[in-house]
Amino acid sequence: MSNILVVAEHAGGSLKKGTLSIIDFAKQAAGKIGGGFDVLVVGPQAAAVASQVANYGAEKVYSLEGAAFEKYSAPAYAHAIAEVVAKTGAKVVAAAASSFGKDCLPRVAVKLDAGMASDVVGIGDGGGLTYLRPMWAGNVLGEVEVTTAVHAVTVRAADFDAAEAVGGASPVEAISSTFDAGQLKQRVVEFRATVSARPDLSEANVVVAGGRGVKSKENFDLVYTLADTLGAAVGATRAAVDAEYIENDYQIGQTGKIIAPDLYIGLGISGAIQHLAGMKASKVIVAVNKDEEAPIFTVADYGLVADLFKIIPELTEKLQKLKSQ
Amino acid sequence: MKILVTAKRVTDPDARIRLKSDLSGIDSEGVEYKLNPFCENAIEEALRLKAKHDGEIIAISIGGSAATTEMRRALAMGCDRGIMVEGSDDELDADLVARTIVKIFEKETPDLLIFGKQAVDGDSNQAAQLCAEYLGLGQATFAAHPDGSAGMNGSEPGLTVADGKVTAMREVDGGVEIVEVDLPAVVSADLRLNEPRLPTLPNIMRAKRKPLEQLSMADLGVDATLKVKTVAYQNPPQRQAGVMVADVDELLNKLVNEAKVL
Repeated sequence: MSNILVVAEHAGGSLKKGTLSIIDFAKQAAGKIGGGFDVLVVGPQAAAVASQVANYGAEKVYSLEGAAFEKYSAPAYAHAIAEVVAKTGAKVVAAAASSFGKDCLPRVAVKLDAGMASDVVGIGDGGGLTYLRPMWAGNVLGEVEVTTAVHAVTVRAADFDAAEAVGGASPVEAISSTFDAGQLKQRVVEFRATVSARPDLSEANVVVAGGRGVKSKENFDLVYTLADTLGAAVGATRAAVDAEYIENDYQIGQTGKIIAPDLYIGLGISGAIQHLAGMKASKVIVAVNKDEEAPIFTVADYGLVADLFKIIPELTEKLQKLKSQ
Repeated sequence: MKILVTAKRVTDPDARIRLKSDLSGIDSEGVEYKLNPFCENAIEEALRLKAKHDGEIIAISIGGSAATTEMRRALAMGCDRGIMVEGSDDELDADLVARTIVKIFEKETPDLLIFGKQAVDGDSNQAAQLCAEYLGLGQATFAAHPDGSAGMNGSEPGLTVADGKVTAMREVDGGVEIVEVDLPAVVSADLRLNEPRLPTLPNIMRAKRKPLEQLSMADLGVDATLKVKTVAYQNPPQRQAGVMVADVDELLNKLVNEAKVL
């Protein structure tokens, strides 16, 4: 009996790594309420993605493809997800707190008369299943109880470990949905993908981030070069995005991406509450800023008060040397 | 065109909120309140649409008379009238907010319902989506206006309304999605949708005379049962400030030998 349904996330026929963290959450939640978990993959190439997620201990992996799901829309996907919850009798439906999960899961909650907890970062210590979630830009953790029979949750992948593969493959079942595409009141006109050869910000082990202190779009080349030396993803503060040094897809923070890499290097970042909310969970934080009073130093493991434009080239050069040794 | 727009009262987004020592809730002493920044973007977009299409903008808040200052700010920005529903944040969840707004929607029958993407206190980011599903409407969440960003065409507006549809640019993981939604529609505004205007003094004076309707949940026939309750608060794990290093060599030495991340 599966009590939890994990909604997988994927792009271009590949499972997103964050889904493995949602499976870790599902295992922890199952520890409280018993039973196992299923995984649902909806959308183009769902069957191919389903086989990528079949080695993580799910009782069953469902794949759902169809004309109505070729392009993502919250109403269609919510309809399909709610149908699977009803069919499996899951008590908890969980997805990543990504732009997909945030857009879609509330609609699933309404269909199931479920209460929803957003951005879950942990599970409460008590007897029942409660959820820990950040509030006030992460300055407070609230423990929330969902009082309905079914719970909908979005989970911050950065706060859970990626589940490890286990022996034995889960059975994969292709299913269909009753969703009538004719009812759809919205259409995707165009998708402009951010093109980058660098690792995905949400999934990278090392992130090099720039703030307003980088001062221009051209100067961001220094950040890119350092990132490439480290095989790192590039990130930015909202201030840098607003100043148009870099696209919003790279924004880290309360309204951007929440990251937890092994190493975060912040360059010219003062450390506004909203930015700290997005990177505080990083394992090792390095900050370089010329202002010794910058709040980012209060969370940094290693701080360096210095001029970026001297430090970045030196750091890049010495890292290249280190790598070639 | 008739637009409903949210105007939530929140704690000052730049204040570092702390819990009371007994962890029973946030220490609100000395904390100021503001209009939710995302709601300011929602209001600004509504004003721009009204400038193009005429019509009426109604600001909604749920928070009782405590939220009057923030509601007056919404009116001073240019909303035509306000609806304030009684209720305090600890008696609300996103679902109850959504069901309350659904009742107001049914009463007012607007063409557009624009929310702030999230409130900077609860940070739930649910109410717009919940409302859209309750009303059976399409949604354009996280609407933004990446004008000027690399790879974007310079002059495209964030929201456009034409032929019974709203078209929005949405900033999502992996890029920008352009979506069109049949009216009536639900939109949620991201911070980068626009630059909210500051109320002018004459408009602040004028706002004092704009109609403000006070309602209770009972007036609207809303069942105030909560689906999500905050049962306890705790402080997030605190990071210890580390050490300051003198130069790049010391930094690299620490990263290689102490942190072992290189």
